[in-house]
Amino acid sequence: MPTFSETLLHNWRAAPDQVALTILLAGQPDQPLSYRQLIDGAAAWERTLKREGVLPGEVVILIQQHSLELIYAYWGCILHGAIPSIMPFLTEKLLPERYRSDLASLVGITRPEAVITYREFEPEVHAALGEGSSVRTVIVSDTVEPVHAVKADEFAACSGLQRAIDDIVLLQHSSGTTGLQKGVALSHQAVFNQLENYSRTLHLDGHDIIVSWLPLYHDMGLIAGFLMPILLRTPLVLLSPFEWVRSPARLMQAVTKYHGTLTWLPNFAYNFCAKKIRERDLEGVDLSTLRAISNCSEPMRYESHQLFYERFAPYGLDASALCTCYAMAENVFAVTQGGIDAPVVVDEIDREAMQVERVARPAEQGRASVKMLSAGPAIPGTEVRVADEHGHTVPDRVIGELALRSDCMLSGYYHREDATHKAIKGGWYFTGDYGYKVGEQVYVAGRKKDMIIVGGKNVYPMDLEELAMQVPGVHPGRVVAFGIFNEEAGTEDVVIVAEVDTQEPDELNRIADGVRAVVTRGSAVALRHVHLVPRKWLIKTSSGKTARGANKEKYMKEQGIQ
Amino acid sequence: MNQDILDKLGTQIAAAILKQPGRVLAADQPLITSGMVDSFSLVDLALFVEDTFNVHLDDSELNAETFDTLSQLAALIESRLG
Repeated sequence: MPTFSETLLHNWRAAPDQVALTILLAGQPDQPLSYRQLIDGAAAWERTLKREGVLPGEVVILIQQHSLELIYAYWGCILHGAIPSIMPFLTEKLLPERYRSDLASLVGITRPEAVITYREFEPEVHAALGEGSSVRTVIVSDTVEPVHAVKADEFAACSGLQRAIDDIVLLQHSSGTTGLQKGVALSHQAVFNQLENYSRTLHLDGHDIIVSWLPLYHDMGLIAGFLMPILLRTPLVLLSPFEWVRSPARLMQAVTKYHGTLTWLPNFAYNFCAKKIRERDLEGVDLSTLRAISNCSEPMRYESHQLFYERFAPYGLDASALCTCYAMAENVFAVTQGGIDAPVVVDEIDREAMQVERVARPAEQGRASVKMLSAGPAIPGTEVRVADEHGHTVPDRVIGELALRSDCMLSGYYHREDATHKAIKGGWYFTGDYGYKVGEQVYVAGRKKDMIIVGGKNVYPMDLEELAMQVPGVHPGRVVAFGIFNEEAGTEDVVIVAEVDTQEPDELNRIADGVRAVVTRGSAVALRHVHLVPRKWLIKTSSGKTARGANKEKYMKEQGIQ
Repeated sequence: MNQDILDKLGTQIAAAILKQPGRVLAADQPLITSGMVDSFSLVDLALFVEDTFNVHLDDSELNAETFDTLSQLAALIESRLG
């Protein structure tokens, strides 16, 4: 079993001129990057880390734009044997103070030794770190050592080659204060086991081209759309998430130009692409080369697949390319995959039985039903079972918590033994997702934890509630945040219900705008629905905690939402 | 400033993006920097502008650099109407 550095260097020696990835950025010509160029760029960062006194095994946080520099710095950390973790960089929408406090919460738990960032952002990083921080050096991108063509023997002593396969190779964080305090630590071994099993499931071969617009700070983008192709020598075409969101047709144009065969999308992207792309932007588009588009990272909807297929079938999209995948950083990435060897199974079940009895009973005529998309069977090396509240396995079609055991599980949450201990019981990782099985097919049916998933991003309601409580006029402790599914968007909308005293319309507008602004600018999501209510509206549990589920139900009933 | 353009934009943003039909937006109210209009909504807004005013907008032309308020957006549209 090799390590990341050994594999990268092997790829370089075996195929120095093969294009490892092509990066597409608006207003610039497409930029292909060979393994030779990748190594030369990464080596400059390896020398920089050495210069800065960063030691192998130390954690380096990367805060950089989606760029070649980020890619070089990431692999430079690997070659140096340091542990990279990518954090989203500040967008125009986020408040700098908020970003600073998020960064501080990550640094407080993860205790990285170094941060790599860009010039304009350096003061922000210093402000967030404060006195007594674990960070010894903040390295600005433009101080990187000069790039030169490296020779084969230069790497003999490279400290990345001294890493053992069970050493931690990288950390992955999800977003928001809560997510940033839980870094998923993965070993070389775990990542390679995943890549071996997942690439086998996908039948990945020399004809494949992966196209991705996903951000690299998220598992789907980092593993499927970055590490897997580079380590396994599958050519990658990489777009910017910030450009894709403003112009989703770029994905289709890139697939056409590079004959892309594989891509991964969160569910909302199916609706977004189907509805928001103009005919004129699809001129000449040919999607017939795509053999697998995997729906992943938020609840998968039959309706979204239909919309997408109907919109793009005239452009050569084959129905058999519509795939599903259940994945999480804690298993490196994929847990299951559907749609590769056989079409995705659709299970039409009784809606009420699912909601009330927690059983996935096949639908009968004349009763309200839900079409569930199977996430497919578990990939090799991973087992999935459905557990009741005592951890015992339940029969097929009974809804319970999904638990998994695999050869590619996390080493733990970094510096969070408490959280690791809580999630892993008897060798099984309890996912916090509800689901059921029918034979080997796994279906995901909601969440036990309160997390909201918006556009593929995990959002913790308590982070949003705390933000909303800062707005004058809102009662502290009397705010609740939850997600409700938006059929049209194919993802969840965030709702905030807050108790206020006033009933005066102008004042209500002012408070609602305040909540909207502070939440939108203080988190990774745009807040759409602010519902201001009088005192005593919110339902509290006997211990005084806000019952999110009960309040969500009350809200939905009041608004007449099914 | 063309009041008709302002009204149409304001009505659309209040109803489709803010989900508050009937809400009146001031012409100089910041929309993007305040976090009211996010990047997903910008795509919607671009489609609406093209269809309603029959002007052509380039790929991702609507962003925080080109406008922040209703009046700035209306001015952008007017300049295209020629």
